[in-house]
Amino acid sequence: MYKTYVRLERVTGSVVAVKTNDAANRELALITWPGGSSLAQVVRLEADRAYLQVFAGVRGLPTDARVRFLGRPMQVPGSDALLGRIFDGAGRPRDGGPSLDEEMIDLAGPSVNPAKRIIPRTMVRTGIPMIDVFNSLVESQKLPIFSVPGEPYLELLARLALQAEVDRIVLGGMGLKHDDFLYFRDTLDGAGALTRTVGFIHTAADPTVECLLVPDMALAVAERFALRNERVLVLLSDMTNYADAMKEVAITMEQIPSNRGYPGDLYTQLASRYERAVDFDDAGSITILAVTTMPGDDVTHPVPDNTGYITEGQLYLRGGRIEPFGSLSRLKQLVNGDTRDDHRAIMNTMIQLYAAYRETLEKRAMGFRMSEWDGQLLRYGEGFEARLMDLDVDLPLEAALDAGWRLLADCFERTQTGLPSALVERHWPEPA
Amino acid sequence: MANVGRIVSISGSLITAAFEQPVVQNEVAYARLHDLRLKSELIRVRGRYADLQVFEDTAGLYVGARVEFTGELLSVELGPGLLGQVVDGLQNPLPALAEASGYFLPRGKYLEPLDREQRWSFTPGVREGDTVFAGDALGTVPESEFEHRIMVPFGLAGAWTVRSVVAAGSYTVEEVVATLEGAKGQSVEVSMLQRWPVKVPIRAYRERLRPSEPLVTKVRIVDTLCPVARGGGACIPGPFGAGKTVLQQLMSRHAEVDVVIVAACGERAGEVVETLREFPELTDPRTGRSLMERTVIVCNTSSMPVAAREASVYTAVTLAEYYRQMGLQVLLLADSTSRWAQALREVSGRLEEIPGEEAFPAYLESVVAAFYERGGTVRLRDGSEGSVTVIGTVSPAGGNLEEPVTQATLKVVGAFLGLSRERSDARRYPAIDPLESWSHYGGVVDAADVSFAQRLLRDGNEVAQMMKVVGEEGTALEDVVRYLQAEFLDASYLQQDAFDAVDGASGAERQALVFGDLVRVLRPPLAFDDKDAARRFYQYLTQVTKDWNRAPWQTPEFEAGREQVRTLVREAGGDV
Ligand SMILES: Nc1ncnc2c1ncn2[C@@H]1O[C@H](COP(=O)(O)OP(=O)(O)O)[C@@H](O)[C@H]1O
Ligand SMILES: [Mg+2]
Repeated sequence: MYKTYVRLERVTGSVVAVKTNDAANRELALITWPGGSSLAQVVRLEADRAYLQVFAGVRGLPTDARVRFLGRPMQVPGSDALLGRIFDGAGRPRDGGPSLDEEMIDLAGPSVNPAKRIIPRTMVRTGIPMIDVFNSLVESQKLPIFSVPGEPYLELLARLALQAEVDRIVLGGMGLKHDDFLYFRDTLDGAGALTRTVGFIHTAADPTVECLLVPDMALAVAERFALRNERVLVLLSDMTNYADAMKEVAITMEQIPSNRGYPGDLYTQLASRYERAVDFDDAGSITILAVTTMPGDDVTHPVPDNTGYITEGQLYLRGGRIEPFGSLSRLKQLVNGDTRDDHRAIMNTMIQLYAAYRETLEKRAMGFRMSEWDGQLLRYGEGFEARLMDLDVDLPLEAALDAGWRLLADCFERTQTGLPSALVERHWPEPA
Repeated sequence: MANVGRIVSISGSLITAAFEQPVVQNEVAYARLHDLRLKSELIRVRGRYADLQVFEDTAGLYVGARVEFTGELLSVELGPGLLGQVVDGLQNPLPALAEASGYFLPRGKYLEPLDREQRWSFTPGVREGDTVFAGDALGTVPESEFEHRIMVPFGLAGAWTVRSVVAAGSYTVEEVVATLEGAKGQSVEVSMLQRWPVKVPIRAYRERLRPSEPLVTKVRIVDTLCPVARGGGACIPGPFGAGKTVLQQLMSRHAEVDVVIVAACGERAGEVVETLREFPELTDPRTGRSLMERTVIVCNTSSMPVAAREASVYTAVTLAEYYRQMGLQVLLLADSTSRWAQALREVSGRLEEIPGEEAFPAYLESVVAAFYERGGTVRLRDGSEGSVTVIGTVSPAGGNLEEPVTQATLKVVGAFLGLSRERSDARRYPAIDPLESWSHYGGVVDAADVSFAQRLLRDGNEVAQMMKVVGEEGTALEDVVRYLQAEFLDASYLQQDAFDAVDGASGAERQALVFGDLVRVLRPPLAFDDKDAARRFYQYLTQVTKDWNRAPWQTPEFEAGREQVRTLVREAGGDV
């Protein structure tokens, strides 16, 4: 039915050119040659030439490979048969199971009409005070975990995945180490969560272009589930690998880089994925948690920087803890007004005091004499780190707020914290 | 006959079409994909090839597909019924689109921005034989709390004579309400709806005036220290999470203006949703009507087509100019202008233009300047004054203000509200840096007090720096007190709790009173036994003043708070 072409005119980077008059923009093609086959997608059309990005890369590709246009864009199955299954970046089964071709959905479909979104309102309780008290997580939030390599980000991701009450988990792995993939799979399995999970896993050993498809597949499936009224959690790791794949491909396509080699549309590319997080007015929701490793612990690196401008805050993992500075949930104010009357005040005041503690630490490091106030701050800061920041602490929100008051009372007098007097009256504990 | 071309190449949102008959730079053309018509703008012509920026996803387009040129510049519809709308960058009403198409934004579907059925109660303001010029009111219709002026189309040059005008009554936007005759006897029929090309400023006014009146935002640090003037321009640069959007959201709610145009440009859809869901429920204290009735939201959020991003800011500013022509004070909030600049960069890259710094096009500066120039205060031909105030956020890569978009913006604005990462990390909101920010406009409090406060803040900062080097013990008591005073002013006045109903919005009179009081508290020297005693005093004073900030204006509670602050200072030996 579709014509086949047999001569590749050009091969550069991961892109090949074919002479044809009947290709459409973003159309999918199948390239086959004696040694193998790959899907490819039209990325540019110029007169009678179509440029195709080859998913499996061009290594070993002969110029007389056969190109067959498929008359459709890239698709992914959207049925419940996906649950419990693991696929690779090109959508092929990675678990030995059968391939699926039911309820196919186009990747990167149109975006949601803002008029059909609602204001997120459901807090996701995690038992982690640094999240629940200070940066509440909200259903439909898109939140990255900024982390230097080596931090326990996968553990945190897994813990969040298992705490969150969701109907479906979609896991997208990009450049994932195989061990990490196994860790994740086993953790979900151990908690009985694997049967409501589907995974699209690109590992470090797979072709670069396939990495680029992972978020789109994960999110297309998530969107389908959400429209069926499910609450979906999408876990992505690692978005820096994804951006690096984009950079690699852009450079081979001779695009002018804008910042440290990354393409000028990095923001747009990342945003169009993250923005799939949604709470529909009369259907389900998509929440996205995405690991973004920071090369050299540098938040101004283009990947974390652009990400921060897109996502609804970030959890900043450093030294095995969630940093109070830099970490932010932009949606917290949508939910922390109805938890407890002291939630917001405690949240702000404790961080302000912790900031003052950090300054005092600096002063101490310079060898200055500590004032009475400095002494109070030092006690406070150490208490804060031990009683609230430590990732081993697992407290329900209310208990964490109480612990906050207790700590304040242990270190300060009632008039020293700047908290509203009315709240102090109500919550200030008696000296222990 | 229709002017038709054929696609010869496609790269992302850029298509090139071969054409035969003359085309117009910046005209609208439609790329045909079967029965879909994808809107595009002609952005470059080379020989018989036209480069077109398609405002939609180009997936499925092919070489040889038809392109229909319209000969018309990209325009918006102007007329009654704009207020309260939520539209995309091309002025498609989003709620209507949702009704027609469901959850997703379909491509190639364009709806009429103004309702064709709705009837408006028109009262003529001119008579047969009157001479009128572009922008003059022919009559009015009530819209929200305003008399919406039905104006002589802005594009009509010279003097026109009213040949006929309809009687008072109700009409739809397309019905003819007046017929005008030009100097050469040509006749024009005028309805309530006119179209205007978005990239052309509306200039139907007598003169431009210097922005002199403060625009009260009710954000204390802005109105007091770095005020914005009606008709002025201001920018809010800051790293992500520093509070640009929250600051703009506060302004969109509380600013003392007639009309607010929110241009959500390339940022989160969720933030627009907050506005569009909440505003209908909130009352504007000035009018008693819902806030939505004074607001128009133009959104091209980050997942909507980048190609329409540029159009979205021009659409927004054109709507702002339109209401200004009615003698209204309009505030345009654009979040974020950097995303629009990035969209320019993407297009420029595809056009393979020679890139400037950070790959932005070389013409970035002039484009930014021309945009802010569309703000301003004008005297209209009837003597009334209208204004468009433009406040844009800037999202500098890596938070570094040396980057091209910030630099281009700083050259053209009259106020710089710079947000700092240190302040937002320390939860000192709004995180506007009081030392770095500046304004050329006059504010709402006593100027001498402002100088005093700025001086105090600078001194406090110097002492803080000094203490980092020599420690508190090496710093004189009076210097430490100076530092504590600056911290007090910061905590109890410059910082403001956005989520507190009272503290979140501070009127001009309240600011003048409270600021005056605080300066009087801070002027006289107070004697303290030692630094710890001084610290305790200012900590307590901070707490008491913050309580005062939460007391509603003109209530006994407010007076009590005021008295408590004074008493505390008197007890410490101060003379207030
Ligand atoms: N004035 C404020 N008061 C309280 N919290 C604020 C304020 N400004 C910002 N924040 C907090 O910081 C977060 C990020 O602010 P936002 O305006 O979205 O940042 P930006 O637009 O600069 O990236 C908000 O979600 C809120 O939690
Ligand atoms: Mg923002």
